[in-house]
Amino acid sequence: MIEGILVEGLIYGIMVLGVFITFRVLDFPDLTVDGSFPLGAALMVQCLLLGVNGWLALMVAFFGGVIAGIVTALIHNHLKVPNLLAGILTMTMLYSINIRILGNRANVPIIDQKTILSDISSRLSGTIPDEYILMLFFVIVALVVKLLIDLFFRTDLGMTIGAMGNNEQMIICQGINPKTLKTIGLGLSNGLVAVSGAFAAQYLGFADVGLGQGIIISGLASVMIGEFLIMKSNRIGVLTLCALAGSILFHAVMYVGRYYGYVIHMTPNDLNLIKGLLIIVLLIVTQSRKLNMATLKAMVRK
Amino acid sequence: MIAIKDASVIFNQGTVNENRALQDINLNVKEGDFITIIGSNGAGKSTLFNLIAGTITPTVGTIHLNGRNITREPEYKRAQYIGRIFQNPLLGTASNMSLADNMMITYRKGFKWLKRSLNNKMKEYFQSELVQLKMGLESRMKENLLMFSGGQRQALTLLMMVLSKPSLILLDEHTAALDPKNAGIVLELTNTFVKEYHLTSMMITHNMSHAIEYGNRLLMMDQGGIIFDVSGDAKQELTVEKLVQKFHELRHHGFENDRALLSE
Repeated sequence: MIEGILVEGLIYGIMVLGVFITFRVLDFPDLTVDGSFPLGAALMVQCLLLGVNGWLALMVAFFGGVIAGIVTALIHNHLKVPNLLAGILTMTMLYSINIRILGNRANVPIIDQKTILSDISSRLSGTIPDEYILMLFFVIVALVVKLLIDLFFRTDLGMTIGAMGNNEQMIICQGINPKTLKTIGLGLSNGLVAVSGAFAAQYLGFADVGLGQGIIISGLASVMIGEFLIMKSNRIGVLTLCALAGSILFHAVMYVGRYYGYVIHMTPNDLNLIKGLLIIVLLIVTQSRKLNMATLKAMVRK
Repeated sequence: MIAIKDASVIFNQGTVNENRALQDINLNVKEGDFITIIGSNGAGKSTLFNLIAGTITPTVGTIHLNGRNITREPEYKRAQYIGRIFQNPLLGTASNMSLADNMMITYRKGFKWLKRSLNNKMKEYFQSELVQLKMGLESRMKENLLMFSGGQRQALTLLMMVLSKPSLILLDEHTAALDPKNAGIVLELTNTFVKEYHLTSMMITHNMSHAIEYGNRLLMMDQGGIIFDVSGDAKQELTVEKLVQKFHELRHHGFENDRALLSE
């Protein structure tokens, strides 16, 4: 059970890192995610079926996601479309594109196909207990991705992207085009989401166009749980760690809902409702927490 | 340096809401000028700054910088050589980043690549520059700017702008949102920096005595036009009384209502 939650939490954790970049760092609520996640899955599956090397297929998925993000950025920047609508436009178009990539099918299985995961499992089987192989693999993958993101946001370019999410005028005053920064940020974010989708497809053993439905809500809920857990910080390393931890916790909650939900007559169909309610509860708790802090501060001052 | 020729800015042209924010502005700013600008609300002071900074493009007319036509150049490109400070002290810096990060971002203008420039040498340099502000900020490099006061943030914005060596600086009532003590400090710093680095500057103010005390040239604006332009000795001889009287003479309509807006 724990391995299952961890593996799922970490696979989707990569997506959560992408969502964290757009929602929290860029301050750009990007809904492209619902399309770029299955895009990554579709590209991965189709590449594997064509006999492409797994890691190369992962790169293809990554760049597919990057392009999806850039399209959203271009729509937003040049047509002056609000950011939410730009994301929805790309997401809607991606639905058709994903079906095309999957060869006009909505669901393509890769059960007996050789994947990165099956490769790793067969290689390490024997040295490590089988059930822990994937867990260990994804711990490493997620940490590497997290560290790369941390490094990126400590470079000059990364810092300016962070500052833009906070204060766009400041970036303009520094002689930098905020449109360029948004394009880079959205590309990076959706690339990560597609990688997450590619891993999810291998883990699940199929790619499905519906894989991304509501994924943005899962991502957002995970980010919020992560923020809720740990004190506010301005250190990017802490924030990305929170996002990963939030993803694991979120999947733990979902796991419980899926396997023990029948106790309260819950079906898997109710999970989306639960996700939404979870976000609302988190919002309420955070707000009342802020209020409490404010009244506390006022009292201290008196 | 900056030459504005026959520039007009008309919002909602051809509709009932047509608004002539600036009309036939002709202005030559010389290298080393420190111009103060006064005028009541809606006189077009901020629109003039928006025009120079590139936030808006003129409906008609041209802007040249050192002989180069920059009328259609976007704001972010002009920002490479025009520094600007806003009334809102939060607009110059990023709240959720540390002082060191903020200084690194504002240190060099233009697009930045995947390089990590913030090292100990850079930090020491920033600290040595921060000493000039006499606010003790040099020991708070790791703190979030959220923890800093408006005056500290405005002083910091000013320092970072000066260090990037702009050809022209625009100060848009940059002390108006601060308390009197901090406003005084920031204004003194402004004056010191302008003299020390020989900056060409333009400053909007609502305070007549500041407008007289600082700078070598004074512009008075009203209803989208420059109605009074004085420099050199003539400016030195100005007093608040004379200026108010001048304002009264030149204005197009009653000025009693505006007395409150222009503090002496």
